[in-house]
Amino acid sequence: MVKSLNSDLMAEYKRPQSEEEFQQNFKQKKPLMNQTEAFVESARCLFCYDAPCVKACPTHIDIPLFIKQIHTGNTIGAAETIYDSNWMGNACGKVCPTQVLCEGACVHNHAHVKPIEIGRLQNFATRQVIDQEKSLFHKGASNGKKVAVIGAGPAGISCACELSVLGYEVTVFEALERPSGLTVYGTAPYKITNEEALSEIDYLQQQLGFKVQYNSAITTREQLQSLENQYDAIFLGVGIGPTASLNVKGEDVKGVTGAVEFIRELRFKKHNMPVPRRVVVLGGGNTAMDAASESARMGAEQVFLAYRRSKEEMGGYSFEYDLALSAGVQGVFNASLREILEQDGYVAGVEFVKTVSQNGRLTEVPDSEFVIECDLVIKATGQAKMVDFLSLIPGLTLDSSRRIKVNTQTYQTENPRYFAGGDAVNGGAEVVNGAYEGKMAAQGIHHSLTSHLSPLTSNHG
Amino acid sequence: MADLSINFAGIKAPNPFWLASAPPTNSGYQIMKAFDAGWGGAVWKTMGVPIINVSSRYGGLNYRDTRMSGFNNIELISDRTLADNLKEIEEVKKYFPHHAVIASLMVESRKEWEQIIRDVENAGADGIELNFGCPHGMCERGMGSAVGQEPEVLETIVGWVMAAAKVPVITKLTPNISNIEDPGLAAVKGGTNAISLINTIKSIMGIDLDTFAPYPTVDGKGTNGGYCGPAVKPIAMNMVRQLAQHPDISGTPISGIGGIETWRDVVEYILLGATSVQVCTAAMHYGFGIVREMDKGLRRFMDERGFETIYDFAGKALPNIVEWKELNMSYKVVASINPAKCIGCQLCYIACEDGAHQAISVSSDPANRIPSIIEENCVGCNLCSLVCPVEACITMEKQPAKVAPVTWEQLTETGNIPTTFNDPRAGGNGHYVPEPAAAIKR
Ligand SMILES: Cc1cc2nc3c(=O)[nH]c(=O)nc-3n(C[C@H](O)[C@H](O)[C@H](O)COP(=O)(O)OP(=O)(O)OC[C@H]3O[C@@H](n4cnc5c(N)ncnc54)[C@H](O)[C@@H]3O)c2cc1C
Ligand SMILES: Cc1cc2nc3c(=O)[nH]c(=O)nc-3n(C[C@H](O)[C@H](O)[C@H](O)COP(=O)(O)O)c2cc1C
Ligand code: SF4
Ligand code: SF4
Ligand code: SF4
Repeated sequence: MVKSLNSDLMAEYKRPQSEEEFQQNFKQKKPLMNQTEAFVESARCLFCYDAPCVKACPTHIDIPLFIKQIHTGNTIGAAETIYDSNWMGNACGKVCPTQVLCEGACVHNHAHVKPIEIGRLQNFATRQVIDQEKSLFHKGASNGKKVAVIGAGPAGISCACELSVLGYEVTVFEALERPSGLTVYGTAPYKITNEEALSEIDYLQQQLGFKVQYNSAITTREQLQSLENQYDAIFLGVGIGPTASLNVKGEDVKGVTGAVEFIRELRFKKHNMPVPRRVVVLGGGNTAMDAASESARMGAEQVFLAYRRSKEEMGGYSFEYDLALSAGVQGVFNASLREILEQDGYVAGVEFVKTVSQNGRLTEVPDSEFVIECDLVIKATGQAKMVDFLSLIPGLTLDSSRRIKVNTQTYQTENPRYFAGGDAVNGGAEVVNGAYEGKMAAQGIHHSLTSHLSPLTSNHG
Repeated sequence: MADLSINFAGIKAPNPFWLASAPPTNSGYQIMKAFDAGWGGAVWKTMGVPIINVSSRYGGLNYRDTRMSGFNNIELISDRTLADNLKEIEEVKKYFPHHAVIASLMVESRKEWEQIIRDVENAGADGIELNFGCPHGMCERGMGSAVGQEPEVLETIVGWVMAAAKVPVITKLTPNISNIEDPGLAAVKGGTNAISLINTIKSIMGIDLDTFAPYPTVDGKGTNGGYCGPAVKPIAMNMVRQLAQHPDISGTPISGIGGIETWRDVVEYILLGATSVQVCTAAMHYGFGIVREMDKGLRRFMDERGFETIYDFAGKALPNIVEWKELNMSYKVVASINPAKCIGCQLCYIACEDGAHQAISVSSDPANRIPSIIEENCVGCNLCSLVCPVEACITMEKQPAKVAPVTWEQLTETGNIPTTFNDPRAGGNGHYVPEPAAAIKR
């Protein structure tokens, strides 16, 4: 007997009908601080020696320094300190999972005192220079060398910024019509607005003068060959691809979508995006939590987050799950997808079978099939890797998880003309990792093009 | 790009950030570490006949959750042998030939002064600082502030030093005196090349409520210590400006000391005429890394205003510091509350009501907690704007002048000041004051 899971919960959020209502439902989790907040919060920082927050930041921003600079009224200097380490300083202040990074490491936690709101202070300082168009950096004196960057996501833009400071002529090739990659097309709208993400990149580009060619996907061997002929080095900041196929029955019916595709549409259509009454999100990672939260905020009456394994085994952060719960999402655990049910060519529900996980091994419980009826299925079960595209680059090697293999210091790939960073290398991490790796790769390119010493010892990871 | 380098009375340094003579400059190890972190100079922990210190030496004044907003100590001068210190001075100068290493000295007899000056010069010190400031222990032995408080003695000793020294000499003054100009003038008369101030202020940091002993406590007893840190900055700055404005002293370079922790403090001291600054407590609190905030902030300040060297703005505040009688008495400001920012704490109301001029009213509607300024009653004292916890919520707005600018001095000359107890020209005449009994009426 296939039982049907249904409850009559009311939606937590009303369906947004206007841009204003959309912004209300997707209220910023880390709103801009006012002067008083920034003053009071910055006063709490202890200026720790060898500060754990700095070590926990993947880009190692000198956090005690920039916070003290805010406190002493040198907010511009604070922004400069932030950008010195991280070209995505503003985006990171807004979208970083600070609970598990800098703020999670703040020593105040040990005394059960609220950790310093580092992300919001970072946002406070950088937003000021962006809005005031305060010029802090400039293009380095030209060294006559040219670098092509593929992908205008956090990794590509950071690489372009760093190379520009070092005196390279940089051209970024971006498939889409806008920069920022998944910062806009992926992260949840309550973390950062499109305008915020785009204004930071614009601000940096104004000062550093690198070129970006939009709607310019690099997809053929000929295009790559032409880049190889024209540029001294090429940086791959291509991220990872669209949602991977699940290979289950019913996957192709209308009303089944990938999480990344769903979020991308949402970020641009906003309140005009149709989201039906009942939604099932498949997956247990952060993308699943985001897609579920977002569906609920779009006024879906019922949103189920269905995961194969137990709650404890979810890959997503617990605070992201809590956020989804607070938006009215219901978790369904130990539910393994059997098939997607259709009616008249449109999705009607999802059939699951119950599972038990023991010592990490998952077994299905016989005769435990059940159905959740729904009008939309969002697959948040992982993104495909850019294997086809990457196979066009001779000598490039991928590891077993199909991540580009690089030297962990220089981010040089096994084809010495190519460097890579960001999701394409780390398999899908955070904006801050892309920012760091893009910057490091620029240093690696600089080293490789200027050092006449023996080549760096290989350290592939 | 700002050039932070200085030439302070002939002592050259890459920047004006110096460590004051104190525990952070106790050894060559610390000083090299500090130079490496970005400090431009260091005044070696005062040398003389080595002393023996007690255990339990420091006290801190915590204000709310701010630790060490004031700091005191009952330490004496260096407890290391002169030979050890000299060896390390030599080594530091070998590694850092362009940084300023200044030997702080404190001895008694002329012979001792001559001997120790020769020794530190031979070790390679770029300058000498005379410690006439230590307010505890050393003064009981006729040194430190015992010298600093006696202008004639001070002048004599500076004279001995000047006769013996080949390197520039800085005289460090104690603030434990009624008028800082007296020792300042004595130092100049003695021929000093420069002055530094302030040393620490005599203080009792607090009393243990169980043992009735002062902090820091040494086996149930304590003594007055030397006070320093952020809390002393306003006192020190006034002393610096007094000397910088004194016609007979203003030509002598001043090294400003007292409560310096941030770039703002540095800029303020320089605006008051200091051309090097010295730091002790902030380095003891946060370590040498604190200098990077000062450095970046000072550079930004200078770049934004187009100052190329610190001499471009040194002393720029001095013309604006005048005597009270020269202030314009027809200038008027009135408080203004920004209701959009107000959080309704009503601290401004009660401060003005109980502590100033009853110029703020609160609404009779309990739902409205935003106070209003009664402009006719506001004397423009600033109190409300100082207590308000919200940044830039209460601002002091300049009022259009009703009368031409006039100073107390001019009013005195024209006979327009109150001269008798009940003179109708009293400034408060006509100003609203509530009936006394209104205080207890419901
Ligand atoms: C749903 C979701 C939510 C997320 N939430 C967060 C979050 O809250 N916080 C956080 O820090 N991170 C989050 N991330 C991760 C973060 O967005 C990524 O780690 C980061 O954007 C990776 O940067 P990147 O530059 O490597 O790649 P991307 O951001 O993917 O950028 C790659 C760019 O390259 C372009 N491109 C690809 N191939 C080509 C080609 N062949 N030619 C030309 N251009 C090409 C793409 O169009 C894209 O613009 C989230 C990711 C997802 C999917
Ligand atoms: C523990 C301690 C020891 C000090 N020892 C000396 C000293 O040996 N010689 C001296 O000239 N000043 C000494 N001072 C005074 C400092 O050099 C400095 O003048 C004073 O602390 C004010 O600066 P600050 O507010 O930055 O601490 C000492 C101060 C402290 C706190
Ligand atoms: S750990 Fe916390 S208190 Fe310490 S420096 Fe970092 S933010 Fe400040
Ligand atoms: S600071 Fe160092 S010397 Fe002083 S009491 Fe603590 S451990 Fe001992
Ligand atoms: S002190 Fe400031 S915040 Fe408080 S009531 Fe007055 S104006 Fe408002």
